[in-house]
Amino acid sequence: MDIIYMDNNATTRVAPEVLDAMLPYLKDFYGNASSMHSFGGLVGREIAAAREKIAALINADPDEIIFTSCGTESDSTAINAAIRSNPRKKHILTTRVEHPAVKNLYEYLAQNGYRVTWVPVDKEGTLDLNYLFSHLTEDTALVSVMWANNESGVVFPIDELAEKLRGKGIVFHSDAVQAVGKVPVDVKRIGLDMMSLSGHKIHASKGVGVLYVKKGTKFSPFMIGGHQEKNRRGGTENVASIIGLGQASELAMDHLEEMDTRIRAMRDRLEIGLMQNIPNALLNGKKDSRLPNTTNISFEYVEGEAILLMMDQLGICASSGSACTSGSLEPSHVLRAMGVPFTAAHGSIRFSLSTYNTEKEVDFVVENLPPIIERLRTMSPFWKAGACSLQ
Amino acid sequence: MWEYTDKVKEHFINPRNVGEVENPDGVGEVGSMACGDALKLSFKLDENKKIKEAKFQTFGCASAIASSSALTEMLIGKTIEEAEKITNDDIADYLGGLPKEKMHCSVLGRDALEKAIYCYKGEAIREIDGNIVCECFGVTDKEIERAVTEHQLQTIEDVTNYVKAGGGCENCHENIQKIIDDIYNKGMDVVPVKKELTNIQKIRLIEETLEREIKPALQKDGGNIELIDVDGIRVLVKLIGTCATCKASQLTLKKYVEIRLQEMVSPDLIVEEVK
Repeated sequence: MDIIYMDNNATTRVAPEVLDAMLPYLKDFYGNASSMHSFGGLVGREIAAAREKIAALINADPDEIIFTSCGTESDSTAINAAIRSNPRKKHILTTRVEHPAVKNLYEYLAQNGYRVTWVPVDKEGTLDLNYLFSHLTEDTALVSVMWANNESGVVFPIDELAEKLRGKGIVFHSDAVQAVGKVPVDVKRIGLDMMSLSGHKIHASKGVGVLYVKKGTKFSPFMIGGHQEKNRRGGTENVASIIGLGQASELAMDHLEEMDTRIRAMRDRLEIGLMQNIPNALLNGKKDSRLPNTTNISFEYVEGEAILLMMDQLGICASSGSACTSGSLEPSHVLRAMGVPFTAAHGSIRFSLSTYNTEKEVDFVVENLPPIIERLRTMSPFWKAGACSLQ
Repeated sequence: MWEYTDKVKEHFINPRNVGEVENPDGVGEVGSMACGDALKLSFKLDENKKIKEAKFQTFGCASAIASSSALTEMLIGKTIEEAEKITNDDIADYLGGLPKEKMHCSVLGRDALEKAIYCYKGEAIREIDGNIVCECFGVTDKEIERAVTEHQLQTIEDVTNYVKAGGGCENCHENIQKIIDDIYNKGMDVVPVKKELTNIQKIRLIEETLEREIKPALQKDGGNIELIDVDGIRVLVKLIGTCATCKASQLTLKKYVEIRLQEMVSPDLIVEEVK
């Protein structure tokens, strides 16, 4: 059975070009970049080249790039650096829809002496900027707002935020894990202080992330150890993954336009196809300010895990905000923050595409999902065929 | 991804007895869409009072659908008396087991069956018994007690897995813990959970304990004790009177004063003598 992979916000396949770039550094060139011999020095030069490539993708200086082990480490490093460099300030601010990498750290800080403001989103998942700006105080050390939401795909106005926060003595960090590679990200133009990204979301391998730290930003390392990354992140470099990420950055840059055109068109085709062929389907997320690859749809009266497993029988991979998929009993915090009723959140499915998807795959899903939903609905005590009213 | 048994998968992909029995003898509905799962079970008896037809409609995840399907299969051919004996563990066993986080799916089946049988017997459907403990999922203390006793549940997490209570806002966790403790008769021995003390609270508590019980005890033997300082977890004291010269003074300090302070104030305290 062929796999139809439409879960690219969870992780992506390693691009063949990326794997080719990595393999020599897992086999032949195993030197340590910190060594004095030229066998290690060669590795150091390749890391430097990868640094330039990732810097080019987000328009940063190579010196502003710190390699980490993942997006979560980048987020933790940024948030910890921001509060440690402003020890007297005890207020930090973020959104209600952050990834757990930021959300759970903020919750931890809230238990440990910090006052946290959680900025709400509206029904369509867009951020309440007035709320955000009106809650900034002299005591605010940090604002961390994701660039784009992993579940709804909604893109937040990072440029406007950066502009308003400039010169206020507040560190501005963005978790751009979902945005990089899908929409243009230009840190110089935006002018934010720190930004996280992750390798495996852009067709590099798992186990490598990046923290962008703007020159002049107060910083203290999270991983304390060797002199690697100019003393900003101790630990021997994950050489092959870093080199792979360099390659993936080049590919991402080449594919940005395709994301905005072909992938967006496929996403729309999928979304329209499903919404037209399945009654009681509701779109989660603001239609015109979303990542071009993401759609999140709630199918009322059915439960997400059951949908996923039915799709799994056909090789279709997607994900759900349903409670049952996570092991918790509550549906996704993102959908709840958007005010999606529990009844609809339980039946939400997210599809996230990549450049490897084809129109044929989209058509296969559009053809095969409606009967799955119908089948589950005939099993559901709440579904009366043709009826739209809740019982 | 959940590790479902082949039997769970098979019952999910090919569920038996979906739908509603016409002119049923018993119907039981449990759960709601907001809760994430719901089940409507109906059955009909033949002339020998055996269940000839049982059908279900379920909103829920794969294991909820599989549990419902399994339940209908188990019911067919049974008398009401036999059906009454079916427990949620029987449903889970029939399926070759369920992940522990999914045990509530089998409980859903058992609850629907119970209601359907009440309905058949014409008994008033049991009113919500007891007081709501978990507001999020509408679970009462009686239901929690039943789950804890029937399945020897030990933790809040276990309770959540079986009856969902505590899986939402978590405000009821303290109450669930209390129910568990009461059942295992731990109630009497449990030291109330102490919150992290501030330095000032810690020092005050040490002083209180010294004044209330330690000093009077030492004074009986013509001795006394004075608090000099508290430095983190180190409690610096000075022994006075007979205690100061007593050969067993270190014993008093470690075996009595320190243990008492650890019990009453904080388990990490170390008592040291300053001369």
